[in-house]
Amino acid sequence: MSRSARIVVLRLAGAVPTLLIVALAAFALLEFAPGDAVDAYLAETGGDAGYAAELRRRLGLGGTAWERLAGFLLSLGTLDLGRSVVFSRPVVSVIAERLPNTLLLMASTTLFAAGLGLLAGMLAGARPGSWRDRGLSMTALAFLAAPNFWLGLVLVVAFAVSWPLLPVAGLRSLNAPPGLAAAVLDTAWHLVLPTIALGAGYVALYLRTLRAGMITAWQADHVRAAQARGVGDGAVLWRAVTRPALLPTVVIAGQNIGTLLGGSVVVETVFAIPGMGRLAYEAVTGRDTPLLLGVILSATVLVLAVNLLVDLLLARLDPRIGAADA
Amino acid sequence: MTLHRRTLLAGAGAIGAAALTRKARAQGGPAPRTGGILTVAADTEPRNLNPAMVASNGVFYVASKVIEPLAEMTTEGDGLAPRLATRWEGAPDGRSVTFTLREGVSWHDGRPFSSADVAFSAMRLWKPLQNLGRVVFKSLEAVDTPDARTAIFRFGEPTPFQMIRNAVPGLASVVPRHLYEVGDIAANPANTRLVGTGPFRFAEHRPGEFYRLEKNPSYWEAGRPYLDQIVFRVLPDRGAIAAALEANQIQLAAFSAVPLADMERLSRVPGIAVIPQGYDGITYQLTVEINHRRKELADARVRRAIAHAIDRKFVVDTIFLGYAKPSTGPVPAFDKQFYTPDVPSTPFDRRRAEALLDEAGLPRGANGMRFTLRLLPAPWFEQTRQFGDYLRQALRAVGIDAQIVNNDAPAHLRAVYTDHAFDLAIGSPVYRNDPAISTTILYESGLPAGVPFANQYGYASAEMDGLIRRAAGTIDTTERTALYQSFQKLAGTELPLIHVAEFTFITVARRSVMNVANNPRWATSHWADTWLSS
Repeated sequence: MSRSARIVVLRLAGAVPTLLIVALAAFALLEFAPGDAVDAYLAETGGDAGYAAELRRRLGLGGTAWERLAGFLLSLGTLDLGRSVVFSRPVVSVIAERLPNTLLLMASTTLFAAGLGLLAGMLAGARPGSWRDRGLSMTALAFLAAPNFWLGLVLVVAFAVSWPLLPVAGLRSLNAPPGLAAAVLDTAWHLVLPTIALGAGYVALYLRTLRAGMITAWQADHVRAAQARGVGDGAVLWRAVTRPALLPTVVIAGQNIGTLLGGSVVVETVFAIPGMGRLAYEAVTGRDTPLLLGVILSATVLVLAVNLLVDLLLARLDPRIGAADA
Repeated sequence: MTLHRRTLLAGAGAIGAAALTRKARAQGGPAPRTGGILTVAADTEPRNLNPAMVASNGVFYVASKVIEPLAEMTTEGDGLAPRLATRWEGAPDGRSVTFTLREGVSWHDGRPFSSADVAFSAMRLWKPLQNLGRVVFKSLEAVDTPDARTAIFRFGEPTPFQMIRNAVPGLASVVPRHLYEVGDIAANPANTRLVGTGPFRFAEHRPGEFYRLEKNPSYWEAGRPYLDQIVFRVLPDRGAIAAALEANQIQLAAFSAVPLADMERLSRVPGIAVIPQGYDGITYQLTVEINHRRKELADARVRRAIAHAIDRKFVVDTIFLGYAKPSTGPVPAFDKQFYTPDVPSTPFDRRRAEALLDEAGLPRGANGMRFTLRLLPAPWFEQTRQFGDYLRQALRAVGIDAQIVNNDAPAHLRAVYTDHAFDLAIGSPVYRNDPAISTTILYESGLPAGVPFANQYGYASAEMDGLIRRAAGTIDTTERTALYQSFQKLAGTELPLIHVAEFTFITVARRSVMNVANNPRWATSHWADTWLSS
């Protein structure tokens, strides 16, 4: 079996219990939360006793927790996520609508954070302790410390209200110009502020990880050997110092996917982006068990898939990974 | 972020007090301009948008432009302005009400509107399915349609015409029979893709993004509506709503979607107006709900002491920043039909409160406290939560230790109205312009657990139940009004729950939006006369 294939098989085998644990935890979470989907709905409308009973009957909220669990596992086994209570539609269709927006936001955020963070990290790590290093590290730290909802609102006030350069909210103009190129440009324009709000904190993570790796590398024997051999400064910096230090940042990128999803709840709310983060919030406040499970399961699959990709990438970058059968 | 801010209960009609038109009438001003797209903020997307099934402000906000009621609330004349009905008349015996319907009205799909649609909406939706109609129309037996322009509502028991009139604006939205007569009404696609007779047609809903309504070119009122489109932009964050208004990316936010604390700043932004009118017909009441199962609270002296401990003026000035009025009882002062100020009052008086508590045999203990309570503020308004914090301090000052328990909306509903796991709760029932529709349910006993926004307080008084029953069966308007005034007095004497303040909402709009707030249910009315100056 090739190295890549072995990694894929091992990860997939590990994914099944992970998914099951996550699904059960999500189910338990909503079962133990006081109030059900009908209580959530009645908070908006009121209604007499018969009205509530009729709603519960329609939504299939009767039975014991065990019966509901059995029904849930059964539908999970047949890969049917059921119907959302809040949206009165199949969960799959609701998620299919929202997932692309979140993927887009996560991709642009990762590109932005990794691009800027790695560049700054390289500049900082090239000469640790220099003023340039300190300046960059401090700035990045400040962004790490700023909560993303606050940063989002500040960005909106600065670049959409005081200086109306960028749109306040959404991912598309209401009257978007026709044509694919125009639509892509329109969406990219809308993505600028949310990407910065969500990504600013991660810039610091990439910077610090790369910088720390480079500082270690500067003291490594192979760097001294290269310098002693008279290899040029640029080549030492890139080939001997930066490249080995890049490896951990790939791991960081994979691990960030989970926290990125968490952060997207806030950023999607501030910027009115219909994505998975907001959907999770709506599912919890509406006590919409099928929807929340759908959201959590798709998020889990996403995290597992990204980490699988990261493992495959690492295996390519570092020949030692996955080489042995042991 | 409050998801339920706007989505509480609907208002019905009545003779509202002075809801003032901004500009429109006073100014006589410029001639209305036809055209333009009005973009407004929305913060919820109701799963069922059909107002004939779900009478709630969140639904009306969008749906009232597409689907019309028989009549709308107004400050003029007898309090009702014609919509799909042009005349209404109650029989003296209270057994029937006759509506004369408008000529020349058609549905958005081109089919003609007739009395059969009204009969179908009433018998198949309002009475059996609608959250509010199930109670108000419970004795409706049939709707006769002798011709296409006449609908006669027949009641099994004498039903006060006054109540039916007051219910019409909120509860009597008419949907097309030809789209609903086949299949399960609750699962009908027209519940989300509305088809009505209103000034705007439902064009598009992109979930999580916006609703788009388009002008109905064949609306029955010639020359209306003025606007080409209304776009309801879904903006869940309140800070983002304020920013979008400032950037003119939306032109209007209703239902106090912008936090009260930001109003002062926004009102100074050129081009933006803060408009506190246009909500009298949907007045909310800030209440302290009391669990009478708790033995200390079963004593009227203790309830009265709690009322004396509350400084209503402070609540209005500090929590509502002046955008509210102190309450005297269960009927708000704006309702000229029923309100009486002649009720036992409980002015702010800590010494009196302490004396009453001492008298009730609850002296201060070693720690200075008399007893401990659980206090559950309703989570849906900023103001209900803040009043919870205030009440805790106010009660501490008279020796009652209130422990705040915070919940989200479904958990709060379950705890207070089903499990009765509270001692005090902060509520915000909406006054629906007739005590029989919205208010007596907070006082009558014998309701099953699980009915929200109702007497789940364990309060049972034979005198109160008798009075409520008598008023419900009284047809004569004068006599009925007098009974509801006695009801207000008895509510003040027994004080099963405490009404603290009456609050409505605030609209923030660009000054380019004209004819804002020109009726008492403006945000939930049809906006046919709303226009945009260039």
